[in-house]
Amino acid sequence: MMTSRPPKRMAIAIAAIAALRLMGAAPLFAADAASASRPDAERKAFQSFFFAKFPKVEKDDFGNGPYAVNAGMRKQWEEIMQFPPYDFALDEGQQAWEKPFANGRKYADCFENGGLGIRQTYPRFDAKTGQVETLDGAINRCRVENGEAPLAWETGTMASIIAYLAQTSRGKPFDISIPDDPRALAAYDRGKEFFYSRKGQLGFSCASCHVVASGERLRGDILAPALGILASFPIYRSDWGSMGTVSRRFTSCSAQTRAVPLADQDESYRDLEYFLSYMSNGIPITGPGTRP
Amino acid sequence: MPTIRMKAAANGDVVEVQALVQHPMDSGFVKDSAGNIISAHHIETLVFECNGKPVFSAFWGPAVSKDPYLKFAFKGAAKGDSISATWIDNFGKTDTGTAKIA
Repeated sequence: MMTSRPPKRMAIAIAAIAALRLMGAAPLFAADAASASRPDAERKAFQSFFFAKFPKVEKDDFGNGPYAVNAGMRKQWEEIMQFPPYDFALDEGQQAWEKPFANGRKYADCFENGGLGIRQTYPRFDAKTGQVETLDGAINRCRVENGEAPLAWETGTMASIIAYLAQTSRGKPFDISIPDDPRALAAYDRGKEFFYSRKGQLGFSCASCHVVASGERLRGDILAPALGILASFPIYRSDWGSMGTVSRRFTSCSAQTRAVPLADQDESYRDLEYFLSYMSNGIPITGPGTRP
Repeated sequence: MPTIRMKAAANGDVVEVQALVQHPMDSGFVKDSAGNIISAHHIETLVFECNGKPVFSAFWGPAVSKDPYLKFAFKGAAKGDSISATWIDNFGKTDTGTAKIA
């Protein structure tokens, strides 16, 4: 059984240590703001918490979310994957990606390597704006710079294009960098704070479900571990009946905890995506994915 | 873009067929964001033929999911034979997809 886990007491102790290191370390090292070693140490603690909580799950499997930690769901998933429901989106995404803009330029002109095999390096810190830029943001920036209207963030063509790009990055481990810039470290810290802060009527933080209760049931669903949770995006959710981007997941997560969702690609969500992706460095991209 | 994805594989004398059909399959009971009913739009018949002979047919209605997936098996075909699938919806639209049995 893949659901078995280490003795509960041990898991809690490790969680406590991880929480201490993640939350408590910030003020101690504040003077050392430009150093990238603190996020690095925090990432190691974060990852070892999940490796200890799920000792039977291979590191590379964390990108498969609930299917990595629940044998029953994995079996169903393997059946679904004989005919992945995101197949239509992949075709649509490739077509949209290759279609030139009205000015004759293409998406590929905006990205290194023509946009292929780069998904694992997003989101990035943009030194020009001093903010985090997601792949979604880069795609819409490319459109606007070429005189096209931006795409809607949550589903449709945006999701299809990212599905196509993610597929060209499959198997490539997350490779997010925090440059030597205090604003980058601040974005990471804000993302971390968002992740661990309780919000909404139900008083859940992201970590309540995706760290502490990861692998457990929430009604009919299995909560995915936070490690590698973004590796499979965009996803086709049977519940949605369509594709969804990280934006769609974040806003619906907020709503499910009865918090007021922020606007798509709000700076807080981008910081959160930056933090979560950095925490998953080394976990291979599995997207596009499918979820119940 | 083709609306039918199909895979057919022979295992002994049994051929297993899987297909994914792209279709909104609107039930006619859902409203759009402006509050207007989205009219029923769904596949009514779906027929699979092998070597020109029907091997599977389905009569579908509004209760079938969007982008339906289907799997069945039949006897009497061999590797290399071609299999086709045709759907007709309640708007009279139609599409056909073909695959070779592997």
